[in-house]
Amino acid sequence: MDQFILQILNGLDKGSAYALIALGLTLIFGTLGVVNFAHGALFMLGAFVAVTVSNLLTLSHKVIDETRTDFLGNPLQVDVPYLYDLFGQATGDTIIDWAVPISIVVAIPIMVCIGFIMERGLIKHFYKRPHADQILVTFGLAIVIQEIVKYFYGANPIPTPAPEAFIGSFDFGVILGFDPNQIIYPYWRLVYFFFSVIIIGAVFAFLQFTTFGMVVRAGMADRETVGILGIDIDKRFTIMFGIAAAVAGLAGVMYAPINSPNYHMGMDFLVLSFVVVVVGGMGSLPGAVAAGFLLGILESFASMSQVIDILPGINQIIIYLVAIIILLTRPRGLMGRKGVMEE
Amino acid sequence: MLGLEKKDFRLLLIVIGLTMFAPFILNPFPEGAEMAQFNAGYPDLMQRFVIFGIFAIGFNILFGLTGYLSFGHAAFLGAGSYGAVWMFKLLSMNVLPAIAISVIIAGLFSLLIGFISLRRSGIYFSILTLAFAQMSFALAYSVLTPITGGETGLQLALDDPRIFGASQTATGNIPVPSLFGLEMRSSFEWEVGAWLFTFNAGYYLAAAFMIFAFYMSIRIFRSPFGMMLRAIKSNQTRMSYTGLNARPYTLAAFVISGMYAGLAGGLMASMDPLAGAERMQWTASGEVVLMTILGGAGTLIGPVLGAGMIKYFENIFSKINETILHSWFAFLPDGLENFVVAMIYPFIGKGWHLTLGIVFMLVVIFLPGGLVQGGQKIAALFRRNKPEDAKPNATEPAE
Repeated sequence: MDQFILQILNGLDKGSAYALIALGLTLIFGTLGVVNFAHGALFMLGAFVAVTVSNLLTLSHKVIDETRTDFLGNPLQVDVPYLYDLFGQATGDTIIDWAVPISIVVAIPIMVCIGFIMERGLIKHFYKRPHADQILVTFGLAIVIQEIVKYFYGANPIPTPAPEAFIGSFDFGVILGFDPNQIIYPYWRLVYFFFSVIIIGAVFAFLQFTTFGMVVRAGMADRETVGILGIDIDKRFTIMFGIAAAVAGLAGVMYAPINSPNYHMGMDFLVLSFVVVVVGGMGSLPGAVAAGFLLGILESFASMSQVIDILPGINQIIIYLVAIIILLTRPRGLMGRKGVMEE
Repeated sequence: MLGLEKKDFRLLLIVIGLTMFAPFILNPFPEGAEMAQFNAGYPDLMQRFVIFGIFAIGFNILFGLTGYLSFGHAAFLGAGSYGAVWMFKLLSMNVLPAIAISVIIAGLFSLLIGFISLRRSGIYFSILTLAFAQMSFALAYSVLTPITGGETGLQLALDDPRIFGASQTATGNIPVPSLFGLEMRSSFEWEVGAWLFTFNAGYYLAAAFMIFAFYMSIRIFRSPFGMMLRAIKSNQTRMSYTGLNARPYTLAAFVISGMYAGLAGGLMASMDPLAGAERMQWTASGEVVLMTILGGAGTLIGPVLGAGMIKYFENIFSKINETILHSWFAFLPDGLENFVVAMIYPFIGKGWHLTLGIVFMLVVIFLPGGLVQGGQKIAALFRRNKPEDAKPNATEPAE
């Protein structure tokens, strides 16, 4: 039983990342009808926003510390972040420590802007082109973004720690009444899970309870009619693209402490999140979220040693296997709507 | 000639000429000259040109004609090279059985995957092939280690059986792949003045295969079967209304292109007898997509051009470093020199992928027919005054 709960918990954080990326992909697909292969790159950009923010916060200048000496006996040069000068050492340290959560605030406007530029500058011209062309051009864009990031940040992963308060793990089993040390779970992953639930909830609430969201949903169902009613649906869809980019970016920001960002992390996640979208059903937002969590949990169950003993290698292929079975037996995916991208 | 129309035959002759004289054409600069780094006429790179040319020609038969975008073709190439290396381990170091088995294995493998994936079309087909390829990659990397060598890759060993050949040479080394005694790595070097031309046995074997592959692809393009594949691309629904089942045709195209990939994999293993799982990864599949689109999907010569261009960039352009750039722009005043170098440097050398991505995007946006279409457009500009009878000479990309 404790094993069972542990695997569900392990699956949740990866599942949250899948769900967030798949949600953004589906938003873009459902509104604009564009298959965006550059979505993984947006996720990666989000993670690098966190890296940049923590680099900026630790910008420092050299100060000669008279009290300490280096091994030659000269006064030691110490790097002092500018934040210390502004807020004093204690507050400065706290701010640097909380770099990742601060990045969230920074990431939203940046990612929305990047989304706008992408949609207006490139993707707009591809609405009428075949899906294959859309895949290809966004694939090219993903390569370009990746290489730009590589040029500025290098090819190595950059460790971006979570705030001190969330480092370490806690004994989840004790809360549920199991023996201690049975279910150990890192704090940050729990934070990630709750964060993704909040984001997903916010996106759904936005679509469900605001007039803007209502128009967007109407546009998803029948774009032409909404246009005839005199609503500039293109403008709203562009905004939705920005929101989708922001969702991917936030997923990336918060993922930075779990997995040190490197320039190809986007591609790694992209393939899986496409599989997630297809399993959930093209164009279905709840489907994307459900499939994200489902596949994340399935993946962690498949990596249990008991399962691997029976079916070696299953943990590597389970997601793809599920996708193949779903695609062949339920062509619309788990919750796909009728008439969306059927052949 | 050979069942080809005149213009196709001329194209074939051009390709034969280019591949046969490649050691001269790719080595235009004398040894030791400043431009010598642009020479691509060394065996390793020339082999790669033709092998990836084969791979791209095969991919084009599927994508260029039927419009089915497969993101998992590298799996067949990987399977082919595993098959070839196993032949070297078990049978003998002769490359012919190895290449034969790699084509057969890739054919069977693509039959299986194609049979399942082709139930869906459009993006679902892309995702299915991608999923299968990633599965093969993951399995080859982990569980199938006894067959695939796992992380280290499949290599030859001194104690391999090799029933029709020797396990080891007289000097106690691992034998090298050969064609009835002609070693693939053996080269004939010819020095003319300052130039050094290398004629490599492996390259000419691979080139012969590529010419054959190219000839077959022309035949397929011009055949009723090729016509049928184009019909699938332009309107599959209409085709089924006329009472034709598209599935056997697409499956045949898929298997043919899988066999081309297997041939490429077998040749790759023949040139360098090892096989690794990374050849199956989806980025490798993405590379062949890039090659085909860049050169021109649906055209005959496009994929070969695209493959050549990408491999040239990968091997030659990526070697240019900052020092070389500084020496090029040394004639400029210092400040300007540094500025120009700083502006260019991100796009070449290690950053050549960036250039590739940008060129690829530009091609997809402005030239859906690839570089071949670009060439035709430029040619049309010069030909504007002449009557329009020159038109049929152009290889139209399949719609």
